[in-house]
Amino acid sequence: MCQNTDSSAVQAEKQKQPVRSFEKIREILRDNNHDPARLVPILQKVQEEYRYLPEDAMSYVAAALGLPAARVYGVATFYAHFALQPKGKYIIRLCDGTACHVKASIPILEAMRSRLGLGEEQETTDDMLFTVETVSCLGACGLAPVMLVNEQTYGQMTPEGAVALIDKIMEQENNQ
Amino acid sequence: MRNTSETKTTLTVNGREVSFNEETNLLAVLRKADIDIPTFCYHSELSVYGACRLCIVDVEGRGIVTSCSTAPEPNMRVRTDTKELRQMRKINVELLLAGHQRECPTCDKSDTCRLLEIARRLGIDEIRFKENNRQQPLDRSGVSLVRDPNKCVLCGDCVRYCGEIQDVGAIDFIGRGAKTQVAPAFNKGLGEVECVNCGQCAAVCPTGAITPRSEIEDVWEALHDPDKTVVVQLAPAVRVSAGEAFGGAPGELATGRLVAALKRLGFDQVYDTSFTADLTVIEEANEFLTRYQAGEKLPQFTSCCPAWVKFMEQYHPEMLPNLSTCRSPQQMFGSLAKRMLPERLGVEKKNLVVVSLMPCTAKKFEAKREEFWSDEMADVDHVLTTQEVTRMIKEAGIRFTNLEPRAFDMPFGFKTGAGVIFGSSGGVTEAVLRYAYEEVTGSRREEFEFHQVRGNRGLLETEVELGENKIKLAVVFGLGNARQLVERVARGEADYDFVEVMACAGGCVSGGGQPVNGEEETRERRIHGLFNADETLQLHAPQENPYVQEGYNKVLREPGSEIAHRLLHTDYTNRRPTLGLEVPEEHHPRPKEKVKIEVCVGTGCFLRGSQELYSELAAYLKETGQEEEVELCGTYCHERCDRGPVMAMAGIRPMTCRKTWMSEHGPVVSVDEELLENCDVNAAKTAIQEKLKKLN
Amino acid sequence: MTMMTKPAVDLELLAAKYTQQAERVRRRLVVCAGTGCVAGGALEVHQALLEAVQEAGLEAKVELRQEEDEQTAGRQVTRISKSGCQGFCQMGPLVTIFPDNILYCRVGVDDAAEIVATLRNGETVERLLYRHPVSGEVCRGTGDIPFYNRQTRTVLQSCAFLDPEDLREYVANSGYAAAREAYLNMTPEEVCQEILDSGLRGRGGGGFPAGRKWELTRIQEGERKFVICNGDEGDPGAFMDRSLMEGNPHSVLEGMMIAARAVGASEGIIYVRLEYPLAVKRIRRAVADAEEFGIIGDNVFGSGLKMHFTVMEGAGAFVCGEETALIASIEGRRGMPGIKPPFPAQSGLWGCPTVINNVETLATVPRIINLGAAEFKRMGSDNSPGTKTFALTGHVANTGLIEVPFGTSLREIVYNIGGGVTDDSGKVLEDGFKAVQIGGPSGGCLTDKELDLPLDFDSLREVGAMVGSGGLVVMNQQTCMVSVARFFMQFTQNESCGKCVPCREGTRQMLVMLDDIMEGRADETVLSDLKELARTVQMTSLCGLGKTAPSPVLSTLDYFAEEYRAHVEDKFCPTGQCKALARPEIDPEKCIGCTACVRKCPVDAISGERKQPHQIDVELCVKCGACVEVCKFNAITGV
Repeated sequence: MCQNTDSSAVQAEKQKQPVRSFEKIREILRDNNHDPARLVPILQKVQEEYRYLPEDAMSYVAAALGLPAARVYGVATFYAHFALQPKGKYIIRLCDGTACHVKASIPILEAMRSRLGLGEEQETTDDMLFTVETVSCLGACGLAPVMLVNEQTYGQMTPEGAVALIDKIMEQENNQ
Repeated sequence: MRNTSETKTTLTVNGREVSFNEETNLLAVLRKADIDIPTFCYHSELSVYGACRLCIVDVEGRGIVTSCSTAPEPNMRVRTDTKELRQMRKINVELLLAGHQRECPTCDKSDTCRLLEIARRLGIDEIRFKENNRQQPLDRSGVSLVRDPNKCVLCGDCVRYCGEIQDVGAIDFIGRGAKTQVAPAFNKGLGEVECVNCGQCAAVCPTGAITPRSEIEDVWEALHDPDKTVVVQLAPAVRVSAGEAFGGAPGELATGRLVAALKRLGFDQVYDTSFTADLTVIEEANEFLTRYQAGEKLPQFTSCCPAWVKFMEQYHPEMLPNLSTCRSPQQMFGSLAKRMLPERLGVEKKNLVVVSLMPCTAKKFEAKREEFWSDEMADVDHVLTTQEVTRMIKEAGIRFTNLEPRAFDMPFGFKTGAGVIFGSSGGVTEAVLRYAYEEVTGSRREEFEFHQVRGNRGLLETEVELGENKIKLAVVFGLGNARQLVERVARGEADYDFVEVMACAGGCVSGGGQPVNGEEETRERRIHGLFNADETLQLHAPQENPYVQEGYNKVLREPGSEIAHRLLHTDYTNRRPTLGLEVPEEHHPRPKEKVKIEVCVGTGCFLRGSQELYSELAAYLKETGQEEEVELCGTYCHERCDRGPVMAMAGIRPMTCRKTWMSEHGPVVSVDEELLENCDVNAAKTAIQEKLKKLN
Repeated sequence: MTMMTKPAVDLELLAAKYTQQAERVRRRLVVCAGTGCVAGGALEVHQALLEAVQEAGLEAKVELRQEEDEQTAGRQVTRISKSGCQGFCQMGPLVTIFPDNILYCRVGVDDAAEIVATLRNGETVERLLYRHPVSGEVCRGTGDIPFYNRQTRTVLQSCAFLDPEDLREYVANSGYAAAREAYLNMTPEEVCQEILDSGLRGRGGGGFPAGRKWELTRIQEGERKFVICNGDEGDPGAFMDRSLMEGNPHSVLEGMMIAARAVGASEGIIYVRLEYPLAVKRIRRAVADAEEFGIIGDNVFGSGLKMHFTVMEGAGAFVCGEETALIASIEGRRGMPGIKPPFPAQSGLWGCPTVINNVETLATVPRIINLGAAEFKRMGSDNSPGTKTFALTGHVANTGLIEVPFGTSLREIVYNIGGGVTDDSGKVLEDGFKAVQIGGPSGGCLTDKELDLPLDFDSLREVGAMVGSGGLVVMNQQTCMVSVARFFMQFTQNESCGKCVPCREGTRQMLVMLDDIMEGRADETVLSDLKELARTVQMTSLCGLGKTAPSPVLSTLDYFAEEYRAHVEDKFCPTGQCKALARPEIDPEKCIGCTACVRKCPVDAISGERKQPHQIDVELCVKCGACVEVCKFNAITGV
């Protein structure tokens, strides 16, 4: 009993602390003057912090701006940039703009998805290492088909090249 | 100066001259000219949305335009019936039908479904397009309303009503393009969000995508049960609308036949909610006079509208002391019925079933509030809407129009006109005045009416002299109007003594459970019907109700007495949505059967290797075969960045954050809210095993 | 009297100081830092050049800073600067050397030392010069290269050398003179009239006269008015606006200032697509610099008028290119278009009169004020004066960013500027041309019949296409037009906001129909149903996105009816692109019977004796294409 008292007291103390105080969101809200018109930039900043928009964060933003949560959720689900699920360490964005499409970007997508074993509508691998998405026009049509891995651009891709790139990243990861 | 008659001008519709005056759009002009242009998304009360594209017309020189968004101009030449228009309208309806779950025979809305009506009218006999096979689950989380996304045509009427008129915004458009839906935040159920259950979304919905939640089967069940004695209370606004389903005009009084029909359905006793409305007036007026004399908790807000009560609990909990503590007439009835009727009717309390017949969907929610339950029994067991009861009458094959009117049962069937006008906006106020005037001045007015509180306007402000005092009153309907009023009061910009709030336009007559009727004058006619009923009654002031007096003499003693408080009053809950930081731990129950590990995937965490930690743990769990017992998932920043990566177990949250938030303390792991600092993969593994040991 | 605001900026002084500094730049190496070149490693090339110059013992400079005047006074320097997109993306990374006007193509890090060596000896690195693919002629600079010399670069001109992060260089190239003219020497009416007279039409799509838009906004009552720059370029094959914002951001700001002067606005909002981080950065920098130098602020050029800018990033919704949706997005709502009227000019952002123009339109404005409307109109066609930039991509030898006067023919663009049609590997084909898709998802496909059509707003609309945002995608004979139509349909379907019925449901059903056609499930009625549906979507949709969404389908239905019929009636895709309708064939002339395909075929659909032409069993074939890949003799077609 005695031995436990201490740790349970500590635990009780810890339990009193809120799980999260949303300090960063508060900072973001302050930077934006708590202006509901700045909802989109606010959500962009929140996502920059968290890499996606967690439900709690959206609820918090809604309450703080005096907006219905449904409205915030409606905005978050309208714009393609907002992610409601966490993304992988490597975000592969394959360009499916017209030029890249005409130059066969889809087979590259299929090759990568099959290499990573992604199911239908699944974008992120189970180990959270990769996220594969398409974007419309990265503006590098001269190098079509193009893809981005995080910030790095790769031009004149082929299905084989893309798979090789994934393999290379995986190997690097394994060696770390 | 030009007078108004000079501004009257004309345009041509299908070669016919049509005059217009103040109409702001062509659609209204066409309606006035008795051309019923199909539309889903145009409502005169709501903003023009322009989404359904059915109200298209051809304007010479402009081509095809939507009439809802086109202003009438003199000498415009409009056609509504060209071949092209007909074809395109049909295609657009076909498109809607292809995406709509067509189960008309079993749909609650079939009788008044506008999609069905328009499809019939346009003569659609085939749908050339493929069906949308995305079947979505029904939302039955709320006690008042059921949402069926498969029937939604995305006209946005409900979204605009909820946002623009009620200022609640419980539902909104979610997603984009073909995946667009109308839903509450985070795809939760209506019962889990800030919906106040007013049911106006269901009333404006052209299809069966939102409907009142039916309790018909529960009521049949009770009626069929020989051990049960089933009594029903009939709300004021129901009597002026129930006849509509049987060919009656809105506002036509159907009280007697409704009582007869209810008897035929098998209800043992049929009572009148107006009886307890009389009682409510006395309690509420006394409460007001006490507060007024003391000069505290003013303005006093009425509390008989359950949508309004929930609204206050959610958005202005700090003003809850101003809300009258009186239960609504429905709940006063339930309370008295469950305490007095068993003896009077000679039944055991457990065999007494109280049903109420209401114009309102929020009453369903109200009856389920825990403060109105005792001994695991509700004061009001089931709430039927007008829509539901007319369906029951039809099912039973009762020819409503041929019924001989019957009288209510006594004593709870006796009422004065004060209890009847409750169904209209301003009615509660007028009833309170009728009582308070006599109470304060000790004399009776020559005429019983207080015309200054009638008016069918969203916000009505007036002053009434009661003896030496001038009472400042406001009568408001629409929760958006109410919110503005409350905020003005809070800011000190407005000053009232007594404020009546009804969520629905014109009061309960337009409740979410009333028959859906496209005609614009319905509301006025129903209100008119209620005041007519008041006039034809002998008594108009609640204090004149002999059975109410008897109630006070025998049970309640006097208004506001201790027993009256116990039986007829209530208190309120702060329902303000809690922010994350205010949520106490116990409100986050964690599943105990599984260990939940959450790994932060925030920017900073990634920089510090949370993904590696994550995948190592995933591999480890696979290896140990504990995948079933441990749930591994990603989460966001846990705000222990200075000690990150952090991992919370049940939940474990390894996390790191952007540089400024980081310090040299290593990763942190938590087990059951207990954060383990400087956590690495081995520490995490140990923690998982210890946790699992404890669980087993 | 105290001065409340900064003194008015003296542009001439600013320019003179810069020029004085710039005169000491003996040579300037401009590395293209457009997105295409950066993807090809231009930033590394820039770094390598810088190091090489330093190693060669030359005084190297990246930027010319005001405060550095003293230190480098009188010394000659070599400047290695970055520019926006120089246009010839195909040949990137590009490095131009001034004043010699030498253009090096496909420059790598390893080439840096060699290039720097020539700065001393006056030679050129011949292997890095552009070589004409047909004549083999070596071209020294842009003046010799058909890709450049057949263009008329006005709006894009400065992008090729300007340091986009240096306001002073922009000023030294007569930047902000037009804005000053508008603020100090012209009335709002005169500015509107000048733009009206110039016949400038909106470059973002519809081609609405900019002057009329301004005039309509000008005459509105209202204390508060807005000018919005629509930089939400979302056409999946266009990057002109991006290049302008990255390469010459001050020209966009200057255009906005002139618009603000014309309509009486004092607030400007630049809405930039979030997928363009560099454009966002450059525009933000330009706004900050313009503030710092006193070009914008509370007393613009001493006129007593205010002008302030804010930058807003879009969050990924094509529909926000639509004016009313853009406004909704700025107001923090879902970017769903509203009904018009009222037009933004009457009631726009926060209910205030608002002018919304696209990036290129605004960047053209200063030129009009500088030149005068009459001079501006000398270029281009009667109803579409001026020039237009296009993103030339697809199966064409020279992909890149181009600018031509309105009225230029497609033939000139595809063959002379673009260098002809290519196959998938980039080889120029003699008669490979099949179609050009112009105007992106709102536009249509044109065939060889329209090759000589002078391109302008009206001529294109007449043939069922539109200038749109200016994407110009060349397609060769191997391209299936049904599949092209489907691609655009898929795009608009994804980007539909979901508000109005015809666009939300109609595009979905059109996509279903196209899928049926491509997968052989469609029956004979599909083409007429598709056309009727497309017409309904076109006529009854709420906004421009929906109204133009059927264009790619309608134009291909018109111009490639045969191809559609082959898919529907014969269940055959002539290009073999639609896998389900492919009809693989082995050309007995080409097949030498090596059996490689027999071994590769996963379903044993190919048979034949060694050294004899093989046969393929169409019934068994699953059209996986493995045989085509393995065949070294190109004997297998149709898959």
